[in-house]
Formats: sequence, structure tokens, C-alpha cells
Amino acid sequence: MAGSNKINITPPRWLLAELTYACPLQCPYCANPIDYAKHQSELDTEDWKRVLTQARKMGAVQLGFSGGEPLTRNDLPELVKHARGLGYYSNLITSGYGLTEEKIVQLKESGLDHIQVSIQASTQELNDHLAGTESFQHKKEVAHLVKKHGYPMVLCVVIHRENIHQMPQILEMAEELGADYLELANTQYYGWAHANRDLLLPTKEQFEQAEQIAQAFKEKVAGKMKIYYVVPDFYEDRPKACMNGWGTTFLTIAPDGAALPCHSARELPGLDCPNVKDYSIEQIWNESKAFNFFRGFEWMKEPCSSCDEKEKDFGGCRCQAYLLSGDMYAADPVCSKSPNHHVIQEAIDSAKASALADNEKPLIFRNSKNSRLLS
Amino acid sequence: MSINPDKTIKFSPMHRLQWEEAQQKNVILYPEGMVELNQSSAEILKLCDGTRTLGEIVSDLEQKFATAGLADDITAFLEVALKNGWIQQN
Repeated sequence: MAGSNKINITPPRWLLAELTYACPLQCPYCANPIDYAKHQSELDTEDWKRVLTQARKMGAVQLGFSGGEPLTRNDLPELVKHARGLGYYSNLITSGYGLTEEKIVQLKESGLDHIQVSIQASTQELNDHLAGTESFQHKKEVAHLVKKHGYPMVLCVVIHRENIHQMPQILEMAEELGADYLELANTQYYGWAHANRDLLLPTKEQFEQAEQIAQAFKEKVAGKMKIYYVVPDFYEDRPKACMNGWGTTFLTIAPDGAALPCHSARELPGLDCPNVKDYSIEQIWNESKAFNFFRGFEWMKEPCSSCDEKEKDFGGCRCQAYLLSGDMYAADPVCSKSPNHHVIQEAIDSAKASALADNEKPLIFRNSKNSRLLS
Repeated sequence: MSINPDKTIKFSPMHRLQWEEAQQKNVILYPEGMVELNQSSAEILKLCDGTRTLGEIVSDLEQKFATAGLADDITAFLEVALKNGWIQQN
């Protein structure tokens, strides 16, 4: 099913470097794969430097240092410095856990451009519960320090049923912390969020109310704070243009060196994702089976293949199609044209029933023990 | 939001203006985003270094490209740039 040679391959622009799966937090909606505990090995400093150099040469310019918690890697400043020398715009995507003022200064001197700090909720109790770690006060201090040292500060809050009622307080907190950007990321149901979906998916009413509040706030802070609003696609009629199209823009490198067209692609069967220890980024991007798998439109089935919107949304997300219908070639079930669209309503109903049940089952936290149990 | 003609204009320290060899164009980089610039927009932004006012940017560019009547286009672009936070006036 590999794409044909006729497809015009555009170079990568965005490189997501998942430096490690290690993380002191245990968020139950983590986007890392459920079986992350199986992938213990990590690339070394020289491997990462080579990856950064090769991807930059092809045209990648935005670089995310992510994980897991990227701060657990001692060579982070060295990698940041290497990235700056190559001309990347470097984003550190962190929980803030373990970030000291000394480190913030050191990273700035190394050439880091921006720090994105995640906060789980607007109250200490809920934040610490969701993170599975006492971290709320420290995160707020980190947010202040990020500002103090002249970085653009992006606050990221993942939104779901446990915190969606806090939307007004979350917005207030972002204003108080002086965020330059606020990312309100409605949970995407992959990885751990998929396993916890019954407990995380809000109702349509909850979502619409929160969206309205966020929209009004966006107008109020226009010119001061930019809001990135990630829509929950379960309440959309058409799927998202996932990854801006497979193998067109985004390149993710997992901690062990697996090169992925999106950070969830590991969950898809038979892709044989190549490893940067075996191939160059150029070989991986242009020639590998995995990156050519869903390029272009030839792989599509009906209703996608004859759809006049296929060039707009590329049939939606391959991982979501696989997770929800068992068929990674199918239309994303979010689409109302999908023959599997009913599974979305079933998921919504199931989450609602769970919320109303007397004994709601507990959240499954993201940690190595649960990873081994579930995989 | 409009440009104050008496104040100098500087490029925002929260953004980065950079030539991209692979794309053969100048871009503005900011957290998780990128704007691709055409040549004239890039020429304008390069002069936003905190030493020139709007009028000085116009006259410098008219001189550089040996032309006249650029004021309206440059003003319109800089107003967009100000609104997007790419430039600042103190």
C-alpha cells in the first residue's frame, strides 16, 4: 500500500523530539503509547545531534523537545545549544517539574526560544490529583520564572470532564500568570486518554458551555494573549486534517529512535517504523514504507476516495480510524459520512452513563506499573 | 491599532525573523508557529530595529528601491504586524 512515486514529497517542517518516556507525572490522558514501558532504551546525545542536523538540513525549523519529561535528560542544554546553532526555533514542552531558575537561565543561554508549561487544573487539589504528583505550586512558580527570564510563556491546559467546569478559573489563572499564549487542548482520545475515555469525555453541553466562555475570553484578551484552542473532534461533523497530511510536515522521533509520522503511529499495525540508528532522516522521510504509507490519496477507501473534501482533511486521523473501527484505512469515524460514525455517539453515551453511575471506576494513571499491566 | 508616527519601531523580542535556506524565504518564528514572508514584507521588518520611525522606514525603502509612493503599503503592512505582535513601539 506504499504511496506511489508520483507523489510530490514535501520536506519536514516540524520535528518533535521525544527525548524520553520517563516522567515524574502520571496524567491519565498522556499521549504516550500505553505500552511505553516496553520501550526503555533511549538515544544517546550523539544520536540526537545527528537527527537534529539531518532534519534541519531537509528544512525542519520548528523543534519540540518533549517526552515524557524532557528535563529528565541531563544533556538537554547541550541539545538545545546544538539546535540553536543549526537555526531551529526550539520549544521546550515540559510539566515544569524539576525546573529551577538556574536551569531556566542555563537553557536561555544555550539558545532555547520558548517554554511551554502544562498545568492540569486551576486548583491545587485537582491539579495534584490529575498529575498524580504534588506539583501545582511549583508549576506556578515556574510560569513566573519563565516570564521573568524573557521567554514567551505558553500555558497548556488539557481539558476534559474532570476540569472543564473550571474553565473560568483556568482563564483567570492564565491571565494572572501573564501567559503570552494559552493552549486549551481538549483531550484527544489516544494512548492513555483512550483507555480513560469514559471518565474524561465531557458531554456536549459541558463542551459548548466551556467553548463559549473561552471564546468570550479570547476577545477580551485579544492583542495581549493568544489562545490556541484544540477542538474535541468527537463533537465535530468532519475530521481534523491530522498532521496536516501524513508525511507532509511532521516528524516525530520516539525516545528509542523510532521515526513516526505522528506520535501515535506506533499503535498502527504493520507500519515497520524505521529507526534513526539504521537510516538517515532523508532515507526515512523519502523512502521508508511507514512515511509513504498514507501519503497521497491512493490508499483511501470509500467514502473518502470519492469525497470532495479529501484534500482538505485527508480522511482524518489514521490512528483514530484504527482505534475506533479496527481499520486504519477507513474514514475517521468522526466524519458523519463514515459508516462507523455511530461509534462516536456510542462513546459519548458510554461516557455519560459512566458519569451518572453510582460507582464510577477510577482513572488509570500513566505509570510504568499500569503500562506493563495493560500491554 | 495603528502605528504612532513619532515613535520608533522594533521587531518583537518574542519572535524571530530568519532566512530559511530550504524554503528560500524569510520567516517569522514564534511558539509552535511560523509565518512565511514575501520579499517586501521581509525588507520592511528588517528595518524595524528600534532606531527608525514609520516615516524613516518608508524613506529608507523608497531610496533603496529607487521608487516613491510606498507609504500606504508599508503602513498597512506594519499595522498588520503590530496587530499580530511581530513589532512593538515603546
